[in-house]
Amino acid sequence: MAISESRRSFMGFAFGAVAAVGGAFSLVAMKKTWDPLPSVKAAGFTTVDLSSMQDGELRTIEWRKKPIFILKKAADMTKDSKRDVVIDNASYTVVIGLCTHLGCIPAYAPSEQLFKCACHGGEFDISGVNVFGPPPRPLDIPPFKIEGTKLVLGEEGPEYQKMVAEA
Amino acid sequence: MAQIRKANGIVDWLDQRLAVHKLLDVLMNKYWIPKQINFLWAMGVILTTLFTILFVTGLLLVMYYKPDVALAFDSVNKTIMQEVEYGWLWRHMHGVAASVVFLVIYIHMLTGIYYGSYKKGREMIWISGMLLFVVFSAEAFSGYMLPWGQMSYWAAQVITNLFGGIPFIGDALVVWIRGDYAVSDPTLTRFFMLHVCLLPIVIIMIIVFHFYSLRIPHVNNEIAEELDFDLEAEKYMAGDTKGSKVIPFWPGFLSKDFVYISLFMIFFFYLVSFKFGFAMDPINFDPADALKTPAHIYPEWYFLWSYEVLRGFFFDVGGVKAFDIGLAAFGIAQVIFFLLPWLDRSDVVKPAHERPLFFIWFWVLLIDLIVLTVYGKLPPTGINAWVGFYASIVFLLLLIVVLPVITIMEKKGAKK
Ligand code: FES
Repeated sequence: MAISESRRSFMGFAFGAVAAVGGAFSLVAMKKTWDPLPSVKAAGFTTVDLSSMQDGELRTIEWRKKPIFILKKAADMTKDSKRDVVIDNASYTVVIGLCTHLGCIPAYAPSEQLFKCACHGGEFDISGVNVFGPPPRPLDIPPFKIEGTKLVLGEEGPEYQKMVAEA
Repeated sequence: MAQIRKANGIVDWLDQRLAVHKLLDVLMNKYWIPKQINFLWAMGVILTTLFTILFVTGLLLVMYYKPDVALAFDSVNKTIMQEVEYGWLWRHMHGVAASVVFLVIYIHMLTGIYYGSYKKGREMIWISGMLLFVVFSAEAFSGYMLPWGQMSYWAAQVITNLFGGIPFIGDALVVWIRGDYAVSDPTLTRFFMLHVCLLPIVIIMIIVFHFYSLRIPHVNNEIAEELDFDLEAEKYMAGDTKGSKVIPFWPGFLSKDFVYISLFMIFFFYLVSFKFGFAMDPINFDPADALKTPAHIYPEWYFLWSYEVLRGFFFDVGGVKAFDIGLAAFGIAQVIFFLLPWLDRSDVVKPAHERPLFFIWFWVLLIDLIVLTVYGKLPPTGINAWVGFYASIVFLLLLIVVLPVITIMEKKGAKK
């Protein structure tokens, strides 16, 4: 009696151990199946040439399926030494064009020099800093690297690292 | 093995192998329902009907739907709507049923609250029902995304973004759920899987559990009278069908429900035929565009109240970001109803009109939910933002503070 019972509990224990290990591995595999594919991750770099931009011009480009706002600041626009990307002595606002509240795309209102998010009324100033409404933080700055007059998005250049360190 | 005799008919043949008579007794003929209930108790059967409609029309739609960002929009708006014979009918039935099902769910829930059907002994019925509500919401949301129109896309963008508010793992979690840095093809295909496979299976399992959880404490009734079901059932079976306070599910109860189902189906097909537009957002007839947000993003009407709680808090309080307060309030709104049996501490089961304070509480809650729903749709500017703010506060206070206080007062009053 005693023997068979300890055998049974041993088998229970052995089965439990095998099941736990198998279960843990399956969970890892399932988690990874949901992760972005390598092709998705690889498509994460975009290069833009800024030399043709006019003062005060706003350009929207796509990077990692997100809109990126690039604004070349005109002389009368307030500079922000912490957030401006300086290329060729010109200051640019380079931000991910998704409201930091819930991810809508704010629209640029040139007359008021504001980015306005229609979803819940959030507003950002010309440097992308939140000035009104529910957005909890300024518009995010994408990782970038400067190459001459070109901007490479997706790579963390020294200028970007300095910017992040100061913020 | 049981003794198998030569069968005297097909029913007998089945009965010997599957005990169909016993099964029918358990499910229908000897499943006892109180007599004193009104039309509000028919909502469960109507929900079952609607779920069946959703399931069947869904099967027909899925034959032509293509889960691919390049093809999805046209497979719905061209193939199904214009080419497939009666495709428009299945789509409108599916869309209208998905919307109306929430109306009936809300009536079902509020009936439960009004008559105290979540209390003492019936907690599991309530909890399984709330679970159904939550999974149904996920089902509705994942389905809303499939036509890949502008509203589908941006609703998906906003809702998946909400998970970014979870501390530490938020950002990574959002990418993991989407399978990409933004909502795109992998997101569509995984939501397709959820909508047509995983969630329906889960829903069916919880429905079975919800029904099962009714069998032991039994259905509540209009006057919340506590019945001895065994005794009443014996009376009924002894022939005193008039004197007994219960009737069998079949034929007694269901035959009455069929009348309500018929009335409801007339209303349903009126909507499908003439008013299907309310379940379809016009913006969703523009194909999804990742680089252009529609001016106003709002969910379908049945999510508006919790959406308004989310955005009702629009200013920071003492260093806590408005966004985080809103997110926390939203999170509370999602789970607070689960706790109802414990927030309402009085264990007297009585309909609301016999509990004066609770009666007021119930109607204030209902009005507040309507206000939240209405303002959830309006642009959140100026006075609207403040109405939304106060209505959100009222909602939270009603459930977290007022209800427990009321029931404590009731308890004290009862002792005196
Ligand atoms: S998403 Fe921009 S204010 Fe809410």
